[in-house]
Amino acid sequence: MLNLNQRDTGTFLFVIIITVLAPFVMNPFPTESAMAQFNAGYPDLMQRFVIFGIFAIGFNILFGLTGYLSFGHAAFLGVGSYAAVWMFKLLSYNIIPALVLSVIIAGIFSLFIGFLCLRRSGIYFSILTLAFAQMSFAIAYSVLSNPKFNLTNGETGLQVYADDIQLFKVENLTTPHLFGVKMNSTYELTLGAWDFQFNVGYYVSAVVMILMFYVSIRIFRSPFGLMLRAVKTNQTRLNYTGLNTRPYTLAAFVISGMYAGLAGGLLASMDPLAGAERMQWTASGEVVLMTILGGAGTLLGPVLGAGFIKYFENILSKINDNVLHAWFQYLPEWLENSLVWVLHWFTGKGWHLTLGLLFMIIVIFLPGGLMDGANRIREAIRGRKAKKNAKTPAE
Amino acid sequence: MSILEVQNVNKSFGGLKALQNVNLKVEEGTIHAIIGPNGAGKSTLLNCFVGKLVPDTGSVTFDGQSLLQKKPHEINQMGVSRVFQTPEIFTDLTVFENVMIPCFAKRDGSFELNAWKPVTRESDIRERAEQMLIDVNMIDKRDMIASSMSRGDKRRLEMAMCLSQSPKLLLLDEPTAGMARADTESTIELLKEIQARLKITMAIIEHDMGVVFSLAQKISVLAQGTVIAEDLPDAIRSDPRVKEAYLGTAAED
Amino acid sequence: MDALLLQILNGLDKGSAYALIALGLTLIFGTLGVVNFAHGALFMIGAFCSVTLNKILNLSTVTLDATQKDFLGNPLKVKTPYVESWFGEAAGQSIIDWSVPLAIIFAIPVMLAIGVIMERGLIKHFYKRPHADQILVTFGLAIVLQEVVKAFFGANPIQTPAPDALDGVMDLGGAIGLQLSYPVWRITYFFFAMAVIGGVFAFLRFTTFGMVVRAGMADRETVGLLGINIDKKFTIMFGIAAAVAGLAGVMYTPINPPNYHWGMDFLVLSFVVVVVGGMGSLPGAVLAGFLLGILESFASTTWATTTIPGINQIIIYLVAIIILLVRPRGLMGRAGVMEE
Repeated sequence: MLNLNQRDTGTFLFVIIITVLAPFVMNPFPTESAMAQFNAGYPDLMQRFVIFGIFAIGFNILFGLTGYLSFGHAAFLGVGSYAAVWMFKLLSYNIIPALVLSVIIAGIFSLFIGFLCLRRSGIYFSILTLAFAQMSFAIAYSVLSNPKFNLTNGETGLQVYADDIQLFKVENLTTPHLFGVKMNSTYELTLGAWDFQFNVGYYVSAVVMILMFYVSIRIFRSPFGLMLRAVKTNQTRLNYTGLNTRPYTLAAFVISGMYAGLAGGLLASMDPLAGAERMQWTASGEVVLMTILGGAGTLLGPVLGAGFIKYFENILSKINDNVLHAWFQYLPEWLENSLVWVLHWFTGKGWHLTLGLLFMIIVIFLPGGLMDGANRIREAIRGRKAKKNAKTPAE
Repeated sequence: MSILEVQNVNKSFGGLKALQNVNLKVEEGTIHAIIGPNGAGKSTLLNCFVGKLVPDTGSVTFDGQSLLQKKPHEINQMGVSRVFQTPEIFTDLTVFENVMIPCFAKRDGSFELNAWKPVTRESDIRERAEQMLIDVNMIDKRDMIASSMSRGDKRRLEMAMCLSQSPKLLLLDEPTAGMARADTESTIELLKEIQARLKITMAIIEHDMGVVFSLAQKISVLAQGTVIAEDLPDAIRSDPRVKEAYLGTAAED
Repeated sequence: MDALLLQILNGLDKGSAYALIALGLTLIFGTLGVVNFAHGALFMIGAFCSVTLNKILNLSTVTLDATQKDFLGNPLKVKTPYVESWFGEAAGQSIIDWSVPLAIIFAIPVMLAIGVIMERGLIKHFYKRPHADQILVTFGLAIVLQEVVKAFFGANPIQTPAPDALDGVMDLGGAIGLQLSYPVWRITYFFFAMAVIGGVFAFLRFTTFGMVVRAGMADRETVGLLGINIDKKFTIMFGIAAAVAGLAGVMYTPINPPNYHWGMDFLVLSFVVVVVGGMGSLPGAVLAGFLLGILESFASTTWATTTIPGINQIIIYLVAIIILLVRPRGLMGRAGVMEE
């Protein structure tokens, strides 16, 4: 189907089904139940799943295939957001021009940064991208935010004001929309004890992600993708085989930058605000983590990783000490208090500590990510079966 | 007609003169061996052919074009392939993918943003790569990951990768280094067969005298950075200068 | 002229910090071949060693003084730090006053221990792993360290004053007829940094240990073949690099109140310093540290920031880009190290 082999078609269909049914899948617990706090089926979070999914899918094209570890991809996300908000300010709240411009600007930006950083490889490349991202952050935060020339609106963040030009302003449409269909409109469906929310913004982002996932499958299976994997394995051989590695890595860098820009544009389309903190190294580190957590170089991994991280970020940071006490109230008090004391470190505001630990644990024990872990388990089971089968005739 | 011409090449590293006034001509369609004791400058010379090093003075021309200031991938696109002393292959990819990559390079040039059509639909490339694997007798290892193969197979694969580009000149850097006797012989057979069938010009850097005399149609002897003799194998065998320079040091080994 | 000199002086303290961190980064990179993304965190931990000691010294007993009343009319609670009751009031107060320099003694064993534990417990297992894994795991560690510090000390910067004797402003220009008043502590920091840098260089230059380490930096395999247990030496080297970063942090606290995200702030800039100085070159790291510190100070002048707003925050990166384009190996880098 669609020029994909059987296995990729399966993966692709799986992603489509999960994203389409997400409002159900993510909301397994009845609204009034105690478990409802683990539900993730609300628009804001689901939008983040797919938008950061796009970001991670793009990052994987660079890191997963070529092995070039960029620590600066958040810069492109931020640039995309700024471009989108500017389109809202200048044209109208329609998201199409905003998304187009965010991809183009992020593409140009990544071409420039990639051209400079790809003069080096390995650790030097990582350091350079990190430095560039921090520079972009500083530029957005202070350099381009001054009374004479205010492009980013500094600390406050860029947003749309009532007196902005908006050439094609449409009355009554004061939030981002797609030809009149507002991103923030949500249809609620109540089935017995369950509430399900179907949000326009989520489905628009989901469609974009599905398209982008398809594009990434095609890139993975193309001769270009093969060359990128060859870059990761042996650059010397590639050069002596008549291939110029630089344009290949640069193309991968720009493509992943454009993915990041698109994700940034979508973030701004869901909530028309762009701030510099989106460009900070923590955000770059997060996309790296998403990719390796899911499994760098696999198709599905980054999507899973993005979902996993965003889910836990949201759920864990909601769990404060009161919630913890409520959970353990049936335990003896000393046990309750000590459990709460331990978990307090990792939940609520301690979420970043969990993130850092997760980072280390994954790199140390499961460098292939969740996909690799699943494969290992599958093989272990198959191996045991095979052993059993081998034993039977002998007995 | 000579396909590769080296004229008055000098190269020094700091105070060390690695190559001094080297002159060399590789005739089209022949196997040309470059021999010499350790540190004679063989590898330096080879690196000057492929663009890894640039000679201080002198000229290197291939097929009438200068190779100076050209990058390795440009030189390869002109028709020069290289086999390394320790096989350089794409260890994480399958054997078949390894052979497909040079086929793409041959067809599409040094860069092509071919990011949409699946590799499985590139039937011309696949046929070519498959034929190559049949030719080198590796078709049964088609889907193996390259890193899991024996050293001999890796060398054979590297050879297949180079040959699949139908190069005009094949450079081999000690192709039998560290091989068992049986592997060495089968490599010699392979090279002879290739030469007979495809008439590819080859330049071989080699230590092993047995390999050199059973393969080469012409031999250049390099010692202390200069060519001290260039002749047919029989003449080289009896050349007193060569004996002195080469065997003299060889005896010390 | 005065203004010029003042800006150079102003750049020295930040430059010293950059130089010390970059020195440690280069040592670790040169000996172990690992890029340590947690090195900035070590600087930050050093700073918090100073904070911790200050807090410990200020631990007090609370007594009620019936002769004095607070504003509600209750007996006044009087805090007496333990050190004052142990060593007498005057001695106790001066101990507290000198807590930052004293923290050096406290920080050296702590930082050495942290460094050795880090190397033996974590980094060691990553020598044979790809560079990407080394970067990622130290990056994760940096996040963990910073979050732990945040959990203990909170997110706000904590003031740690310099000793009164070193807290004022001194006139440097008197002797040469210029008007130059400059905080004493910053001068102290500069000399302290120079002493540490000198110590490290002397150690590498004149001891057998240092000689082996330098040989190892040049060619690890050969030194290993000589039968020298290079791994153990490198562990100690990692500890020393951690201690150097920590000391830089300890002494920096009076200049700027430390907070938990210092680590990453300084790390990124120190990386740039290393790249500008030349990857693997110790003198390059020091030189570039001071140069960039001074440059940043010039970019922070009102004249510069009104001409190009925010230039002080990006000047270092701009220089790095230019260096990269013009002289890829850095100011003092060895040929080939950074050029591929």
